[in-house]
Amino acid sequence: MNKWILLAALLIVGCLVWFGLGHTTATRTAYSLTLREANKNKILLITVGSEPRTLDPQEAQGVTEHHIIMAMIEGLVAPNIDDQSKVVPGMADRWQHNDDYSVWTFHIGEDRKWSNGDPVTAEDFVFSYKRMLTASFGAQYSDNLFILKGAEDYYRGKITDFSQVGVKALDSHTLRIELVGPTPYLLSLVQHDSWLPVNPKVILKFGNIDTRDSKWTRAENYLANGPFKMKSWRPNDVIEVVRNPLYWDAANVKLNGINFYSIENGNTQERAFQAGQLHKTDQVPLDKVPYYRRMRPELIRIDPSEGVYFYRINIARKPLNDPKVRLALNLAIDRDAIVKNILREDQKPATGYTPPGMGDYQPLDKMHYDPERARQLLAEAGYPNGKGFPKFTVHFNTSESHRAIAEAIQQMWKEELNIDVGLENQEWKVYLDTQNNKNYDLSRSGWIGDFMDPVTFLSMWTTGNGNNNTNWGSPKYDAFIEQAARTGDPKARLEILHQAEDLFLSEAPVVLVYWYTNAYLLQPSVQNWNPLVLGNHNYKYIDLKSEQEPIK
Amino acid sequence: MIKVIVGRLLQLIPVLLIILTVTFFMSKMVPGGPFSAERQATPEVIAKLNAYYGLDKPLWEQYLGYLARVVRFDFGPSYTYQSESVTEVIARAFPISLQIGTLAFCIALVIGVTAGVIAAVNKNKLWDYFPMSLSMLGICLPTFVLGPILALVFGLVLKLAPVSGWYGLNYVPFHPMILPAVTLGLFYAAYIARLTRGGMLDILSQDFIRTARAKGVPDHQIIVKHALRGGLLPVVAFLGPALAGLISGSFVVEKVFNVPGLGQEFIKSVFNRDYPLILGTVAFFGILIVVFNLLSDIIQTLLDPKSRK
Amino acid sequence: MAAVTASIEPVPIRADELVQGTSLWKDAWLRLKKNHVALFGLYAFCMVGLFCLVGPFFTGYTYEQTEISLKASAPMEPILSRTETRKTGEPKKSFIAFSNLEDEFLDKPESDRKAIAAKIANGEAYQEGRNTYRLSNQRHFFGTDPLGRDLLTRVLVGGRISLAVGFAATLVSVCIGVLWGATAGFAGGKVDTLMMRFADILYALPFTVIVILLMVMFGRNFILLFAAIGAVEWLNMARIVRGQIISLKNQEFIEAAISLGLSSRQILFRHLIPNVMGSIIIYATLTVPNVMLLEAVLSFLGLGVQPPLSSWGVLIDEGSRTMETSIWLLACPAMFFSLTLFSLNFLGDGLRDALDPKSSKD
Repeated sequence: MNKWILLAALLIVGCLVWFGLGHTTATRTAYSLTLREANKNKILLITVGSEPRTLDPQEAQGVTEHHIIMAMIEGLVAPNIDDQSKVVPGMADRWQHNDDYSVWTFHIGEDRKWSNGDPVTAEDFVFSYKRMLTASFGAQYSDNLFILKGAEDYYRGKITDFSQVGVKALDSHTLRIELVGPTPYLLSLVQHDSWLPVNPKVILKFGNIDTRDSKWTRAENYLANGPFKMKSWRPNDVIEVVRNPLYWDAANVKLNGINFYSIENGNTQERAFQAGQLHKTDQVPLDKVPYYRRMRPELIRIDPSEGVYFYRINIARKPLNDPKVRLALNLAIDRDAIVKNILREDQKPATGYTPPGMGDYQPLDKMHYDPERARQLLAEAGYPNGKGFPKFTVHFNTSESHRAIAEAIQQMWKEELNIDVGLENQEWKVYLDTQNNKNYDLSRSGWIGDFMDPVTFLSMWTTGNGNNNTNWGSPKYDAFIEQAARTGDPKARLEILHQAEDLFLSEAPVVLVYWYTNAYLLQPSVQNWNPLVLGNHNYKYIDLKSEQEPIK
Repeated sequence: MIKVIVGRLLQLIPVLLIILTVTFFMSKMVPGGPFSAERQATPEVIAKLNAYYGLDKPLWEQYLGYLARVVRFDFGPSYTYQSESVTEVIARAFPISLQIGTLAFCIALVIGVTAGVIAAVNKNKLWDYFPMSLSMLGICLPTFVLGPILALVFGLVLKLAPVSGWYGLNYVPFHPMILPAVTLGLFYAAYIARLTRGGMLDILSQDFIRTARAKGVPDHQIIVKHALRGGLLPVVAFLGPALAGLISGSFVVEKVFNVPGLGQEFIKSVFNRDYPLILGTVAFFGILIVVFNLLSDIIQTLLDPKSRK
Repeated sequence: MAAVTASIEPVPIRADELVQGTSLWKDAWLRLKKNHVALFGLYAFCMVGLFCLVGPFFTGYTYEQTEISLKASAPMEPILSRTETRKTGEPKKSFIAFSNLEDEFLDKPESDRKAIAAKIANGEAYQEGRNTYRLSNQRHFFGTDPLGRDLLTRVLVGGRISLAVGFAATLVSVCIGVLWGATAGFAGGKVDTLMMRFADILYALPFTVIVILLMVMFGRNFILLFAAIGAVEWLNMARIVRGQIISLKNQEFIEAAISLGLSSRQILFRHLIPNVMGSIIIYATLTVPNVMLLEAVLSFLGLGVQPPLSSWGVLIDEGSRTMETSIWLLACPAMFFSLTLFSLNFLGDGLRDALDPKSSKD
């Protein structure tokens, strides 16, 4: 009896191992690459962080998705090699606009093709925008297209005829876009996922115009019009894209392929980089930044990035309803010390809300470390030396750096203002829920711009905006933003936005902390990976130097 | 015997029903929805999305609809992997966790039982303390510490194993399953070693062993033929759920070595509020638990002739 | 006394032993005292507990006081004070680690930097702009964490939490697990099936969901923490105890007890459970570390300790992420954790032997 059991157990274990091994050995061998081989074959090995949820540009929401989609789908225009305020032709080989930037015409090149050989037409763009604006499709970024004339009405069902929306195919190679107001930043906007085209044929083959999560995004079905096309997609491991021979500018594409690895854990990324499994990481673990900066400066890159880290203040709660208290909280923070000692990635102390690099918009220089003034303001608000100041809580989603920053700020407020602050961490979605329901005192927040214009930062603070979440609102501020949207002259427009931000900061419904940078590790064999504010790299320019020995 | 097994497997149905029901309502009560994000979509968009996925219907209706689909083995689409169904996610991720888990199980069993037996036989001597202290390392260095250490030593210094990934990196001698399996295996080995030692000591002091010794039966025969049978009882009881846990993957180990296994889906599906995936993985784990606990109970019965009465 | 009768018939003797009440425990204590390793475990464990309890009063630092310019300094590393005269004239003092001194003067050539370092190391003050640098006599025995907080103090204070959570939750799980498993195993039949399928269901339910729900419904609360941990940790204990009980209940001495007309309760508590004490103790000592680490998971989900407070689990988790650059952040909490585990296990083994009614025969 015993022997039989033993035998059966061995058999089961053997089968399990064999089954498992058999599953992978068949698929594994084809993808073996070392860095040197990768350089020789011109295959870029990078990680974009977590696993993308979808590669359908109209369903995508995150930066991760965007960085992968960029390789395969090209918009009307494409990012320049080293300057984000300039663009190069994409699907459109030329374009014009009227004097106040509210009507644009894009001429789509005759040689633009999808990876199945279909020509890219103006109708494809019209279809894509119709899909974005089909309410039942539920595209998260549909409001990005509301600057098209009639788009919002169509979305809300007030008009049912899509031809009344301000996007028209004059012929199959001419696309006319009519906007509700002057939009000088449209060229930056149309590079965003929500403005990218999809091939109507493949969408309709796998569903209707409003079918979500259809099978068209699978590797075997995906249609690309960009420099690369999808070869395989292994969830939680790697997405492989290879050169797209039908791309209009294929002759100038340098790489033969890109492997996008999904590696969430920062330490794992760094180990993979050290082991020669990656050309580029997505981040550098906090504690390793000084090491790389001091010992291996050739491997670490710190690029400016357009994002701001701040705490939202729920101004409906006492005593946070007093602007003096809010300013005092702002002035008591030594941002320099936080950036220099905790983050150490050359982040800039946020002296205003909109970060630098937003085109010609000069960031405001308003919030500074001034403990004396902070104490004075707090006293004026009725809490001399923090006496009687009610305890409030700072709320953040669980993460090492959020906690470190919160602990440091907690200590600064204690030392400078003598007020007690509690800290509470929450799991990501619970934290979002708390923030959206305004069920907090102070809540950690961050904001990353979608395109190159301060509006991407400032429009969220209008009264009742879905991303405001602070209960703050000012008719004057709303008027500024409204006025800016109607102003055609770029200079005057930025001036109005400046005034809006100045007003916002004087009321301070946020505690500003720092402006982001983007730190990552990069093998020197990667060419033309230039620092870009939005991080939108046009992969067709990226090259690999094969003679360069990988640095270990 | 067959009757017992069939009976137990039939119990799966009510067990699964309760698991699914409780999980269904619990996961719906957790705040946050699948579509919340740092950049909030407008409430209308969220409403549209909820309508698209049927999340706007009353809970009981959603629940009945879900059960109706489950009966047809349709666990619905995953919200996290937007082009895959829950069944597809499990089907691609489970084989990977299964391999790692099986290897880890073998490692744990071999190391654990050996260390436990050696320690028990040499009670309170050097060869008791030494293997026991070694096996304690698996607990003192939890997986999130041991994993990175192994990755550093075998991946970066010795260059024997990949530090990340599953496919595509076989220029190193070790298969990518080895480090994750060792990390997991050592943790469980510690448990098995201690339980084996305890169980063996209980048996070794019993009369029939003493009688056998008195009769001059050689030590190794006593240990293998008689003592191990009873001594392994606690281990076997522990192994049912342990094995189910091992082959369904570990979140920590899969994150450290970036392995695309099933373990991370248990946690990630909750973090993403991916309701169909939560339910799918939980139901799958429920089946594993019931089956492996059944196996473990059968083995316990076989090991212990007295309980068969 | 057991030795005399054991070889003849063990059953009635055991019943006698128990009827005499404390003698089992007295006996056990006497046996434990003879076991040096177990005694060492006991003492070491008490030391750790005592240290955590009173240590933080003597380290000279508090667990929450940050010194962010100090960052993560190594154990016993020399520390400099930097006195900055503010524009208002008031001085502001901060501390930096000696190894980070060079970062202060990165604009100077390396030889100058070395010279400054040598000068300060000699005990001289060095002035640069508005800053004065001087060697301070501040030392951190186990170094500091990335926010410049004294690591030893943090570990000791964290130890209070971990030990409290570890023991309370283990106690809860042992009580539930033993009762549940023993009842199921002893009753058998339908009761057993129902109870064990209930355990199977609990195994399968997603722990993360339960924890988030608990947190949302009741907020942060230490009692809840124990409840949450205890609620999942008893399952293995129940299975192990059940298996042992099933094996024992068919043995002669239990059959004898039944035929003597003892009630089920008496049999269960006086005869069955004491006989599985060995396994219970062993698994309980394994539960303690598990619980301590599980606490770190709960903290991640927002249910555990609240920053700036910490616990061993959280500290080890953080330390594991920085082990390449500052190993002491892992080593220090891991050392205390391991010491506790080892002493507990030695103690557990000793207790097991001491409580084993047959062990004195060897």
